[in-house]
Amino acid sequence: MASLKDIKKRIGTVKNTQQITKAMKMVSAAKLRRAQEAVAAARPYADKMLDVLSSLALREDADSQPLLAKRGKGKALVVLITSDRGLCGGFNSNISKVAERFIHENAEGFESYELLIAGRKGNTYLKRRAGMEIIKAHEDLFSSGQVTYPTGALLGQEIIELYHDGEYDAIFLVYNAFQSAMTQIQTVTQLLPIVPKEVAEDVHVTEYLYEPSASEVLEQILPKHIEVQMFRALLESVASEHGARMTAMDSASKNASEMIGKLTLKYNRARQAAITGELMEIISGAEAIK
Amino acid sequence: MAEKIKLELVTPYKRVLSEEVDEVTAPGSVGEFCVLPDHTSLLTTLKVGDLSYKQDGKTFHVAVNWGYVEVEDDVMTVLVETAEPADQIDVERAKEALSRAEEALKTLSNEDKDFKIMEAALARAMIRVQVASEKSH
Repeated sequence: MASLKDIKKRIGTVKNTQQITKAMKMVSAAKLRRAQEAVAAARPYADKMLDVLSSLALREDADSQPLLAKRGKGKALVVLITSDRGLCGGFNSNISKVAERFIHENAEGFESYELLIAGRKGNTYLKRRAGMEIIKAHEDLFSSGQVTYPTGALLGQEIIELYHDGEYDAIFLVYNAFQSAMTQIQTVTQLLPIVPKEVAEDVHVTEYLYEPSASEVLEQILPKHIEVQMFRALLESVASEHGARMTAMDSASKNASEMIGKLTLKYNRARQAAITGELMEIISGAEAIK
Repeated sequence: MAEKIKLELVTPYKRVLSEEVDEVTAPGSVGEFCVLPDHTSLLTTLKVGDLSYKQDGKTFHVAVNWGYVEVEDDVMTVLVETAEPADQIDVERAKEALSRAEEALKTLSNEDKDFKIMEAALARAMIRVQVASEKSH
């Protein structure tokens, strides 16, 4: 049986850990609020963009725009967004598994798949898995602590360039969409070629006056759309990460309190046993003298 | 007939403006244009420039970056990458950025990859300085 001193030491250790997890939870909660606001702010922009783009794409010949035109069934690229830091529950491994499963389940859809990863954790997880071709991993996207528009734009431009080079026939995006602090939705969407939103037939479509022309407007909006989508996905992922970390740290703190409770009970029992033992010795000693 | 237009100015970071205004002048990619109430539906792209609007006789200026405008039923939605109202521009910083861009451009040739980036930076800085000096009056 563990000695009194040992148990006391254990309690001390668990308490220290609990302090850390509590602090991390608080930090995440604060960061989550900021990230959540950023996501909410970015959504109207991204949604409006897709609306405009969809109504434009309806009227334009899709094949004349390289970013809209459907291609063959050759190679596909999967862009996976994870985080740089761990201690956020199943956040990274879940999303990595979703990407892995997506590749396995759609093996027939395209000849082969390659991966582009944002975030250190996804890279560490997937580079050890069989059959995963990682062409590039960004490990410093989130280092500044905040996602800025240029970060998303650069990533978007990189993806567009890869697509223009003609090596890939489709590009998919896998990321955690933020729903609430407790839930993240693992999302897989097709990034390129761009899929315009279906517009119901009976919905009134406004006839616009285009300047300079519909196709030129479309040409400028399409690449921007990718940039905005990447920016938004990064924001959503960061908000999800903080949410996941907050939840994970909350349950870690709870587990720690539970453990402290159990250990304290054990400690008190051991102490009581020691006292009883000592008393017995004194009494029997006194008896012997009589 | 509508008396006012609703101007919505949105960037990826936030909704900058949502106001009822009398008149909007915007830097379209094919030239500056003005939108009054009852304008026909319009969709056009913007270039870096000075977007101004009139509200109760006062004129306000906003420095905008690349974006586009949609006008529909007296609602003018402006989606731009950055938008800075004149009174929020840090003139000192803008001037610094301006001279930095000028310096950089001197050393670069036309073919350099960074040339276009710096050129864009220069345009942005110039607009910021210009808009800031207009201020609202």
